[in-house]
Amino acid sequence: MKKYWRSLEEYELVRKNETPEPEPEFSVEGLTADEIKNKYKANRRDFLKLLGFSTAFAVAATSCRQPVRKAIPYLIRPENITPGVANYYATVMNDGYTYGSFLVKVRDGRPIKIEPNDLTDYPGTNAIMQASVLDLYDTARLQHPLKNGKKASWKTVINEIKAKLDELSAANEKVYFISSTVNSPSFNKILESFKEKYPNVEFVFADPVDYTALRTAHKNLFGKEVIPSYAFDKAKVIVGINADFLGTWLSPVEFSGQYAKGRDLTGGKKDMSRHYQVESLMSLTGTNADKRIIIKPAQELKFVAKLYNEIAKATGNAPVNAPKCDKDVSAIAKDLLNNKGQSLVVSGTNDTGIQTLVAGINKMLDNYGKTLNTERPFLVYQGDDRKLSEAFQNIRNGQAGGVLFHNINPFYEYPLDDKTKQAVKKLKLSAAFADRLDETAQNVTYVLANSHYLEAWGDARPYADTFQLQQPVINKLWDTKHPAEVLMQILQIPGDYQAYVQKYWEENLYPNAAGYADFNEFWVKSLQNGIFKATLSQQTGTENTEGETATANLTEEPVTGGFAYINANQDKLLQFNKPQGDELVIYQKVHIQSGKYANNPWLQELPDPVTKVVWDNYVSVSPQYAKEKGLQQEDVVKVKAGNVEVELPVVIQPGQDSSTIGIAMGYGRKGVGPIGDGIGKAVTGFTGLKDGLRQYTRIPVSVEKTGKTYSIASTQTHHTMEGRDIVRETTLENWKKDPAHGNEKHQFYLKNLKHLTLYKYGYDPEKYPGHHWGMAIDLNKCTGCSACIVACQVENNIAIVGKEEVKKKRIMHWLRIDRYYAQEENELHSPIQENPEVVHQPVMCQHCDNAPCENVCPVAATPHTNEGLNSMAYNRCIGTRYCMNNCPYKVRRFNWYNFVEGGDYNYLFNDDVKRMVLNPDVVVRQRGVVEKCTMCIQRIQEGKLRAKIEGRPLKDGEIKLACEQACPTGAITFGDTNDPNARVIKLFDDPRAYGLLEELHTLPSVVYLTKVRNNDHVAFDYSIENHGEGHHAEGEHHTNA
Amino acid sequence: MYKKSVRGELILGNKSYGDITRDILRHQERHKHWYQAPLWWWIAFIISFILMSIGLGYYVPLTIAKGIGMWGNNNQTAWGWAIINFVWWIGIGHAGTAFSIFLLVLRQKWRTSINRAAEAMTIFAVLAAGLFPAIHVGRAWDEMFIFPYGPNTRGLWVNWDSPLLWDVIAITTYLTTSALFWYLGMIPDFATIRDRSTGIKKKIFHALSLGFVGHLKSWRRFEDAVIIIGGLAAPLVISVHSIVSTDFAASVLPGWHETIFPPFFVVGAIFSGFAMVLTLMIIIRKVYKLEDYVTDDHLDAIARIIMFVSLIMGSAYLIEEFIAYYSASPYEKHVFLEMYLKGDYALTYWGMVIFNAFVPQLFWFRKIRRNLLTLFIISIIINIGMWLERYNIVIPPTAQDFLPANWGEYHPTKVDIWIYLGTLGMFGVGVLSFMRFLPIMAMNELKQQAKRQTSLTVEMSVYDIFEKKLVK
Repeated sequence: MKKYWRSLEEYELVRKNETPEPEPEFSVEGLTADEIKNKYKANRRDFLKLLGFSTAFAVAATSCRQPVRKAIPYLIRPENITPGVANYYATVMNDGYTYGSFLVKVRDGRPIKIEPNDLTDYPGTNAIMQASVLDLYDTARLQHPLKNGKKASWKTVINEIKAKLDELSAANEKVYFISSTVNSPSFNKILESFKEKYPNVEFVFADPVDYTALRTAHKNLFGKEVIPSYAFDKAKVIVGINADFLGTWLSPVEFSGQYAKGRDLTGGKKDMSRHYQVESLMSLTGTNADKRIIIKPAQELKFVAKLYNEIAKATGNAPVNAPKCDKDVSAIAKDLLNNKGQSLVVSGTNDTGIQTLVAGINKMLDNYGKTLNTERPFLVYQGDDRKLSEAFQNIRNGQAGGVLFHNINPFYEYPLDDKTKQAVKKLKLSAAFADRLDETAQNVTYVLANSHYLEAWGDARPYADTFQLQQPVINKLWDTKHPAEVLMQILQIPGDYQAYVQKYWEENLYPNAAGYADFNEFWVKSLQNGIFKATLSQQTGTENTEGETATANLTEEPVTGGFAYINANQDKLLQFNKPQGDELVIYQKVHIQSGKYANNPWLQELPDPVTKVVWDNYVSVSPQYAKEKGLQQEDVVKVKAGNVEVELPVVIQPGQDSSTIGIAMGYGRKGVGPIGDGIGKAVTGFTGLKDGLRQYTRIPVSVEKTGKTYSIASTQTHHTMEGRDIVRETTLENWKKDPAHGNEKHQFYLKNLKHLTLYKYGYDPEKYPGHHWGMAIDLNKCTGCSACIVACQVENNIAIVGKEEVKKKRIMHWLRIDRYYAQEENELHSPIQENPEVVHQPVMCQHCDNAPCENVCPVAATPHTNEGLNSMAYNRCIGTRYCMNNCPYKVRRFNWYNFVEGGDYNYLFNDDVKRMVLNPDVVVRQRGVVEKCTMCIQRIQEGKLRAKIEGRPLKDGEIKLACEQACPTGAITFGDTNDPNARVIKLFDDPRAYGLLEELHTLPSVVYLTKVRNNDHVAFDYSIENHGEGHHAEGEHHTNA
Repeated sequence: MYKKSVRGELILGNKSYGDITRDILRHQERHKHWYQAPLWWWIAFIISFILMSIGLGYYVPLTIAKGIGMWGNNNQTAWGWAIINFVWWIGIGHAGTAFSIFLLVLRQKWRTSINRAAEAMTIFAVLAAGLFPAIHVGRAWDEMFIFPYGPNTRGLWVNWDSPLLWDVIAITTYLTTSALFWYLGMIPDFATIRDRSTGIKKKIFHALSLGFVGHLKSWRRFEDAVIIIGGLAAPLVISVHSIVSTDFAASVLPGWHETIFPPFFVVGAIFSGFAMVLTLMIIIRKVYKLEDYVTDDHLDAIARIIMFVSLIMGSAYLIEEFIAYYSASPYEKHVFLEMYLKGDYALTYWGMVIFNAFVPQLFWFRKIRRNLLTLFIISIIINIGMWLERYNIVIPPTAQDFLPANWGEYHPTKVDIWIYLGTLGMFGVGVLSFMRFLPIMAMNELKQQAKRQTSLTVEMSVYDIFEKKLVK
């Protein structure tokens, strides 16, 4: 082998034939490798310790906040989706009692907002509809079907139900299909097929609030068991008797629209309707009445009978026998008779006698065909409690083999005894179609997880001639199904529900549609519109299934119709009661209603439009009652009837009858979800039956003080204006004489403010050309329904703070509705009238052109835009809260805690699923910054950009604010006050317009239009004591002030 | 000029310069080590320290971590206890400079034995006051937005229209100037301590005294500096509290929007400051047995001023009420004639009126002016009364303003109360440390005073040197 040298030295060595000196071994600190190995021994344990520590440390160090969130752009963009641009789809919400046709705003695949469908007759929404979009993301919803409370697959559940149905059908054992009203034509058809295949199935329809008496009355008089459609706009005189038609009765959104139309005084209209409200509790409708009459629930029939007799006398009909009623009805009767054919009397009591008399009154007044229409029946609320009682009776007696609950929660909504509940559990087949594990679903074998209405196909038929289409706007979030899909699988109907609906429309509705080239065009158009209106003569389709059965069931009574029926049956119909001490009335709250949506924090935190209480139900009593019993607000009382009792705090409600107490239903849920469970107390146990009809009123109870107190959170704790000039009002006659009546101060300021103020006249419109945004609120149209509050909250990602924070006056709502009761004298400390007139006033940021909040901010976080908006720069705000103090309207809101990511506020923002409802156009505010109404600046921006892209000037009315859009009465108008043709500037120029606290020279961009009451000729006094003259005195005070 | 025949002797006991030095420094030279102190001092210090630790060490960080929601403030009453306490402390913080400068300008020589303690009190009170606006904002971590510093990398400027900005500037200026004035005044005394001490203490005071050796040159420079800083501070006495008052006066709220506020606040501040000085001087005189320096005549003079200022306060209350009545504004009338006089806030309002306008009138009686106990009690009552005044200013006008639908209530939480107690503790810690470690009276000025009173003609610094040698 050849040898190479590395160096000359080595060569020398080699040459000398010496071996080179071995290189010194590797050593550290004089230790050899072996020694090192022994000394610094890292054995397996040490290694694992070190590994464990470093891993743990690395995890701890890197796991602080900041999860990786990937925003991946579309590789292939789906058709019709532009990131950042919303799409709108028409659909319908139709759960048997709340119904409405909407446009759903979908941003990047997520439905985030409900907007009214302008193609409906009276577009608008109520709070429940606005809030329903959050129910889609409610994690308390069922995410898969259940069997015996455990997760099961759809296949198992459907097959087992089918097997059991077959079995029961073979044995001819009765199976009840208990459901809330189904007014979906295609679903009804599926139900028909269901009945065909399983003849042993009996359908029972029932609603949480029963309207059987109303239908029976029409059957008695006209032979048609229908709920007529109403036209409040055509009525010159409206008499509501315990019917909260603006809040909860039948179709409040539509009625609000009609009502406001009849009371609109803008745009050159000269007259408005007169509204009498006869009621025991203070309802939302009662707060809007021109004249409100307090009666005891037991007096209602007497009152109606007296009115009936007066009108019968005048129209030559036979009166009925009725005991004396001490209320004077002659003026109402005269008013009604003067407006024959353009008046309307409605009652909300589920009593056949009252409803028959009311129908009789309307008939004598020739109102049918004018303000009510039985030819175009209303198809919601077709439930019949009598049938439900019968069904449960049979179940209890073992005469049924199975039950299917559909969209109904009788275990909560009805006072079922334990025996019945046990009987349901023992049935061979018990199943519930439910969207959550509610009280009923907890007690059945199979729970079929319903999809949300935004996830499913469907259709609806609220009126005989109106068909609406429901389409999914998002893929199903969880493993849920529409009940129709389940039934189709049980019945083995091929295809999916979408195809079924489409086929139904093709077969039944398309033949009536004119002007379409083919069905596809009709279908696409209908989907786009969400609504199809057939003319009544053209209507085909199915008759309402249960309408037939109900009619068939009542054949034992001869249908004679008309007044003859009343006269012949009056002893049976009219059962007069004497008031029996304290009587309980169970009412619905405008935003909670039956409690189905009690898990929606937006609804729970919405102040009740009348009491302004949030997150609770309570016993409402009149001030007189409270005085007699020594009760204070928040005292807990025990309300007892038989063996049913409930302990609730007291809320003192002016304008309520002195021996009537009211409790709202829809509370005390045990299965609606973590937010709604345990709020308030359930009171359905108090409801009794009269002639098989559920009674929500006239429940004799005993009330006793418990000595406990319970804190109630209310957004408004002071209820009078203290003689201040906040809501200006006048009467119709005065308004006719002088349109500026009641608003003289504004004229005075307009003329004199420039000379009166020490300061430079602030805002100069000529210096700021371009847009100047403004808003007009017609107090004559605003009913106080509070839909706008929820709409604002949804649109602007406003935090929900919970009861305790509301109690501390820290609610975040940007828009609030102030509700004032009239005082006896229009001055400080004057007591509230016994039967007070009420005003509602929505207040949001007034966007003052001379804003007190702007100049006090040390960091200039709230500057004025050149379009007249008072803007908030959240990033700049450090939260000195000086602006909040200096805002005379107190509309600014501070983030007291981190409502957005703080763990304590688990209502919406802290849930990854619920957060999907947030509007991506609006920033979510951090702790420590002030926020307030922005006039939906994101909508303004969007509108301006759209106009710019299309190269055209902005059209008036093109930009709609969330509150304006949600309002069913059109009380809010937004627009550009620099545009001489804008609707809003016409309202600004209306003599009724005034600025809130305009004497402070804040130059608000929001104007209010005075409230006009049509009570000039109401010469009689209905209040318990003589306090009736208040409004006249008040009018004078306004002029003198 | 000071006339002994009229005012009596300001320093009793015919003190020599050496006596003065020894008397004033006695309490600190008594202890060998810095941690030694009398038992009462330790008890008071530990209590104050615990209050400070809980209030400022726990509840302030808690507020910053969780949010202002920990306090009782709400959407209607967005400012609560924090601002009450802020204004109250600023008022107290007024006294030092007012004492030093005003009485200096008015040549009230009796100020010499009191002004040092008053100035010290000012510093700690303003520190306590300054804490509140700092922790009161929602986002304390972004507080620098409020300072108009440059170069302006944020591209944003502050809003000079806002009284809050004026406030920040006024208070920081006031704090700096008062601290400077206080420190400058102590330099000759530091030099005295330096010369009388050994070891580490000597080194510390050597540094603090900035090489003051008592040359004529040193004295001239010193006196020039004091006059200049004093002159600069004089307008601040007026400005700082009138600017604090603009926080309210520049708003639109009824009960806040008042042109009387700037003078009213300044007078109120002097009132509360003097009361606090009275409280402190009674304690210092008692515990350090300095009756020869803080004589009954001194306390009498303070009491007379308080009595006079109380009359101004009373008339201001009357004017407020009258203007509210005369304005015929329903909002003003509601605040002044309803809420204050008979409404929900009558208790605090009448408490304020009695404590501030009536109780000090007892000082018309010489016996009460010269009784330590009554003086002490009334001085405390005035400070409570002034706190109530701030409460009446901050809370009721916001709680019930223009729109009755908004009206609400304000209730402080325990966090509010603890933070207030924490600032009281901080004030205590500061004042007690001052009493233990620093010259509690302006020895150099006292000596000047003594020089005028007696016939001593020896140059002071020379005397000091002699004295030192003699002592040794």
